[in-house]
Amino acid sequence: MSDADETLDVAPTTFSPRAFRWQRRRASAADFWSRFRGDRLALLGLIVLLVFIVMAIAAPWISPKEGLSAVDSIDNPTWAPPGRGYPLGTDNLGRSVAAQFVWGSRVSLWVGLSATVLTIAIGAAVGVTAGFFGRWTDATLMRLTDWFLVIPFLPLAIVLASVLDRSLRNVVLVIAITSWPGTARLVRAQVLTVKQRLYVDRARALGANRAHVIRRHILPNVAPLILANLTLAVPISILTETTLAFLGLGDPTRASWGKTLEEAFNAGAISRNAWWYYVPAGAGIVMVVLAFTLVGRAIEEILDPRLREGGA
Amino acid sequence: MRARFVAGKVFGALGTFVFVLVFNFFLFRVVNDDPTGKLFRGRNLSQAQLDRRRQEFNLDGTKFEQFLAYLKQTVSGNLGDSFLSRRPVTTEIREALWPTIALVGTSTILSMLIGIMLGIAAGWRRRSKVDVGATSFAMFTYSVPDFWLGMVLLAFFAVRWPWFPTGGFEDAGSTATGLSALLDQAHHMALPCITLTLAYIGEYMIVMRSSLLDTVNEDFLQLARAKGLRDVAVRRRHAVPNALLPVVSLSALNFGYVLSGAIAVESIYSWPGIGQATLEAIRGPDFPMLQGLFLLFSASMIIANLAVDLLYGLLDPRVRGR
Amino acid sequence: MSLLELRDLHITYRSERGDVPAVRGVDLTIDPGETIGLAGESGCGKSTIAGAVLRLLPKETLIEGQVLLDGEDVYQMRPGELRAVRWTSAAIVFQGALHALNPVQRVGKQIAEAILLHSTQSKKAAQDRVGDLLERVGLPANRARSYPHQLSGGQRQRVLIALALACEPKLLIADEPTTALDVMVQAQVLELLAELQRDRGLGLLFITHDLSVLTSTCERLAVMYAGRIVEDGPSHDVFGTPEHPYSAALTRAFPTIGDHASRMRPSGLAGDPPNPANLPSGCPFHPRCDRAVDDCSVADIELRPLGIGRHAACIHIPTSGGDDGE
Repeated sequence: MSDADETLDVAPTTFSPRAFRWQRRRASAADFWSRFRGDRLALLGLIVLLVFIVMAIAAPWISPKEGLSAVDSIDNPTWAPPGRGYPLGTDNLGRSVAAQFVWGSRVSLWVGLSATVLTIAIGAAVGVTAGFFGRWTDATLMRLTDWFLVIPFLPLAIVLASVLDRSLRNVVLVIAITSWPGTARLVRAQVLTVKQRLYVDRARALGANRAHVIRRHILPNVAPLILANLTLAVPISILTETTLAFLGLGDPTRASWGKTLEEAFNAGAISRNAWWYYVPAGAGIVMVVLAFTLVGRAIEEILDPRLREGGA
Repeated sequence: MRARFVAGKVFGALGTFVFVLVFNFFLFRVVNDDPTGKLFRGRNLSQAQLDRRRQEFNLDGTKFEQFLAYLKQTVSGNLGDSFLSRRPVTTEIREALWPTIALVGTSTILSMLIGIMLGIAAGWRRRSKVDVGATSFAMFTYSVPDFWLGMVLLAFFAVRWPWFPTGGFEDAGSTATGLSALLDQAHHMALPCITLTLAYIGEYMIVMRSSLLDTVNEDFLQLARAKGLRDVAVRRRHAVPNALLPVVSLSALNFGYVLSGAIAVESIYSWPGIGQATLEAIRGPDFPMLQGLFLLFSASMIIANLAVDLLYGLLDPRVRGR
Repeated sequence: MSLLELRDLHITYRSERGDVPAVRGVDLTIDPGETIGLAGESGCGKSTIAGAVLRLLPKETLIEGQVLLDGEDVYQMRPGELRAVRWTSAAIVFQGALHALNPVQRVGKQIAEAILLHSTQSKKAAQDRVGDLLERVGLPANRARSYPHQLSGGQRQRVLIALALACEPKLLIADEPTTALDVMVQAQVLELLAELQRDRGLGLLFITHDLSVLTSTCERLAVMYAGRIVEDGPSHDVFGTPEHPYSAALTRAFPTIGDHASRMRPSGLAGDPPNPANLPSGCPFHPRCDRAVDDCSVADIELRPLGIGRHAACIHIPTSGGDDGE
């Protein structure tokens, strides 16, 4: 919302617009952080996320990759409960569950983030185009969006994953293709309200070209919404990745939490009471998803003045 | 006017279905030019067998010829034969349909009822203990993958304490009929049903809560209170009927999630429904079956959306026109 | 006995960012058959008073002083007693431009609900009465079957008046009942209210930001600024010879017809209404006042008597209570 003010205020001030804008941005970033800090749960979520991100990046140093290989684990005890040498026990092939957990976080986070970025990119592109150009462009794109909204996303993801090759890249693609419509609708609605505000008309009347209007007026006002949407969309991407991996549609060559759960289930970990095999991966998913949700909710609440005021 | 409203919605649904038909063709025959190529992997299939599959799946000729053949076959209600069982896809689906309808139907109704009631309690008294509790519960269940919840419940309530069967539709070799068969099936359905219900209560709760929060500051609630209505009556007669509208329109979307969730949960509990069939088709990969299932899933989503649109018209006089 | 009596009423809204005093010591009395206009800019606390009379403000709001309906303190009543006096002792004519009517319920049902709540009539009898009420406010009885969105703004306002009359209250509180209506309809609605008031001998508290509306309808006027009454007295006196600089500015600022902006903010009055959470020191009007002197920023002036039934709160009015108001 400070961005909206900014564009209005630039004209009458005697500052250089650029310096003024940066000053405004710094101030609003500081304001944002002080509000965010006030939300304890969001702060907790952020810390959890940082821990998992560090773990994902540092995986090769925390746990050697050999721990994932059945061949290298051939001499290990199978179905060993957590204990010395195996902090989270071993699986039916003697592989370390802890190694799978550490390496699995990489895939979950990576797919979750990149699929979300792609989703938002497609959704934002469609939404901005539809909202800004209006008329038949809008009508066509929104029809398409509505159709995609009706198609159940997991079956579509399953079909896509079945006809495509099984690779991490395709998993990202599948998630993005199935989940962009929601973002597109949201962004379009926001573009329409921004467009209605006076200053876009004014900018157009002054002869600014479309690219300029989109870049300088539309995007800055849609960006906060996109950011909030991004954080809230990551959990959906992570959960979809997990489900696809569990259904055997993930990348078969990489350890992921969903794949661990699939293997644990198929190896009969439940009937053997080998809780250490399937609890860590599930708990990891829950923690990461919960953390993203907490952070995303806080961001949304800070950026959306309506939520902030509401209910008092 | 009302007829026009209904006709418009039905027409829109038909349009969407045509899109799905075209899209389906695109998925199976354009995204991957020849999906049957994947059948080679790890399987001993002769070239002749493969050619027959290709022909069955209408993969011969130009794309346009393929499209016409596909359209003609599909519109006449023939979805081809399963690559795995060699039986018609329609038969396979029909057999798996009932268990899924029972499971998804029951859990949808349960999660909707419980979720809406929790959402009302939470939204009406914002920041109360009920609100904080219900919101935390919803956020937690939202973060739990449904199939993992299924695994944990299975480990506790079927393995650790064997109160429920570990899976299946009824006891093996059961010859029971009538009520006792129904009870047996209900016993088998309990855990998968609880899993799906728990997993989706949160969604309804959150939507109902925020919708009610949007309503609590409306002037017509002030007016209702000023009239001298009790708080419960204000809520029941004025707040909830208005706040329900967004929930109704979201329930179609949610239906899609529950349907999707059923795929993984059914496989956990070996519930012989559409979800199990999907998992088997993925493993094949059994393209005619996947295609039939995809059409079925899409069609049920379209029908759910249509039903919700019509229901919305019934609930909101502003929508059905003057 | 007075229909309504406010005694030194203070209302403070509670929010996370601190307390906001909306009403800061208001005394007001309405006798049977009397019409009183309450005027002021948005945010001056006038609508808060409307909500306070039927105890409709948020639970956590701090209320000090007394609100007496028929001599009984509303804030001492038990919940059951409170529900019983709501709509029967006093009813509010809500603003039709807002969502004051439930959009998914037929308007007849909404009127009947009030009747059935406060009487033992049969549903049939209540329905007949709904028809009568609608006809009384100039709508055909079959409009009862309409939904709010099927009515025009003026029709909705008439429905809200009919709704307020449903339980035959002795006091009507009309909260901006003509806002957002076009001028013709506005005049019709005003006339209807005046007529009903005369016919039934109702007490009427008419709240608006539009002073011109009040002079034709009300015997007495009270002008509010920053949570206090700054001037009151007989309508034509206050309007003809305003003593407080704020009332003077309001009367100078007759709205230009059709110009929305000039209605919302009287011309000739520089600046914005003060923020209730952060009021100027001394007389809260002094930053905008053209007659302000140095003392105005320190001295908080109470209402001073000014002839018969007239008061104003301004440093320029002699404390002895002379009759320079006449």
